[in-house]
Amino acid sequence: MRNPLADKVVDIKPSGIRKFFDIVSEMEDAISLGVGEPDFDTPWHIRDEGIYSLEKGRTFYTSNAGLKELKTEICNYIKRTQGITYDADREVIVTVGGSEAIDIALRAMINAGEEVLIPQPSYVSYEPCAVLANAVPVIIELKAENEFRLTAKEVLDAVTDKTKVLILPFPNNPTGAIMERKDLEEVAKVVVEKDLFVISDEIYAELTYNGKHVSIASLPGMQERTILINGFSKAYAMTGWRLGYACGPKAIMEQMLKIHQFAIMCAPTTSQYAAVEALRNGDEDVRQMREAYNQRRRYLLHTFKEMGLECFEPFGAFYVFPCIKEFGMTSEEFADRFLREEKVAVVPGTAFGECGEGFVRISYAYSLENLKIAIGKLQDFVERLRKGG
Amino acid sequence: MAGMEETESMREQILSIIERNSRIDLKELAVILGVEEIDVVNEMADMEKEGIICGYHTMIDWEKTAIEKVTALIEVRVTPQRGQGFDNIAERIYKYPEVNSVYLISGGYDLLITLEGKSLKEVSAFVSDKLSTLETVLSTATHFILKKYKDHGTILAKKYEDEREKITP
Repeated sequence: MRNPLADKVVDIKPSGIRKFFDIVSEMEDAISLGVGEPDFDTPWHIRDEGIYSLEKGRTFYTSNAGLKELKTEICNYIKRTQGITYDADREVIVTVGGSEAIDIALRAMINAGEEVLIPQPSYVSYEPCAVLANAVPVIIELKAENEFRLTAKEVLDAVTDKTKVLILPFPNNPTGAIMERKDLEEVAKVVVEKDLFVISDEIYAELTYNGKHVSIASLPGMQERTILINGFSKAYAMTGWRLGYACGPKAIMEQMLKIHQFAIMCAPTTSQYAAVEALRNGDEDVRQMREAYNQRRRYLLHTFKEMGLECFEPFGAFYVFPCIKEFGMTSEEFADRFLREEKVAVVPGTAFGECGEGFVRISYAYSLENLKIAIGKLQDFVERLRKGG
Repeated sequence: MAGMEETESMREQILSIIERNSRIDLKELAVILGVEEIDVVNEMADMEKEGIICGYHTMIDWEKTAIEKVTALIEVRVTPQRGQGFDNIAERIYKYPEVNSVYLISGGYDLLITLEGKSLKEVSAFVSDKLSTLETVLSTATHFILKKYKDHGTILAKKYEDEREKITP
């Protein structure tokens, strides 16, 4: 029998998280700080709309791009938060999570051999999705001294005449870094000058703690160059509903819609009805969750400071990314020993790119009570390591 | 003006936290709110003085103890008194220590009382001997609580379990 597999897929490394996941799963009493999703349940009124839609028998496909009602609410939301106007009929696609949007955006825009700039540490799917789209991924290593923000110079240094797309993953998973307006303006200049396009993954847009998130699409001349990706998972604690969206120029969206139409058909109907409710009446829920995350974030940064663990102050998402270089181990060794000795799981920074070496990701999508227990154990562990244990 | 708003937001945040957990360490409260401990202490003292914070009670699920307790909700229709409205009658009712709460409410009746007693008999005796005999009381309807699912925003019926995968990207 001949090899049934495609080399392109076989060559993709499995996610660095997987191996860790297997160890943690076997440990019954392990405490995890490794989760990339909210600890809150989806607010009840949103779930209730989903249930209601099922009761009403709304169990059919929606149109490929999504429910008109939902697309309109998405446009309203972007208008009121970013001041940008999108055409609900032609410039919005409702997708199966933000992940699908990333995939189809890349596939719609890239010709074989064209380069995609991927700042890392960042979410695990950009690089494999770029590879699957026959792009050449070019990694930009974000620096701790820049608080893991992307600088214009870093973009400029990575650009070649084959560069077509820049992925902009902010607020960032795993670092919690954000990009403020001034940072974006610098990057936007390079994007325009070098005639690039931006895939802006703004799934954590609602979770910023020092002011409102700014989308690069809202800067002058950038809407026509940007695919804005967002979704319901993080803001409304709706990860399992699998619902996201992409907004962008009509010409690109038309091609993305073809892929979406043939590969997916449409995003889940129940989720779409629930999402309409989320956008119409969910602001207060988001505010409350954001406040809770912020309290935990302050708590973690305070305790890190107390134990002398180096960590820049992240203002976005629900992660902190402390530096563990002082212990003279790799991120993976650190995470592995922490798990075996204290039974607490964190994710090695290297799971999000090689330049995550020397850092670990700690999620604060946990109650303060649970965080306290886990951080107590981190304190014990750190003290033991410092004493040479 | 900005300072004023800040105070309001700090108050609101303190209240929403201690409403759920009045035993929180004040140092920790200051840390999670990103303010100084002394400010939290002062703010809470002010709110106690102003009668905004009225107490630091404990929520107890008596069902899980060996102590027998019966709780009843009693709807009461009364004749309001000239010049007094409902205040006088409410006062006569809330002075009984077994009365837990007294609300004046809109709708089909006037006062809603929650009452705690050791037994059905004790509660019934209170209603028939003390409550119904008040001259302004027109009628009462007593509802015994059979099971508490949720109280003060806390779900008692089910324990929260984290069903998420332990590690996700």
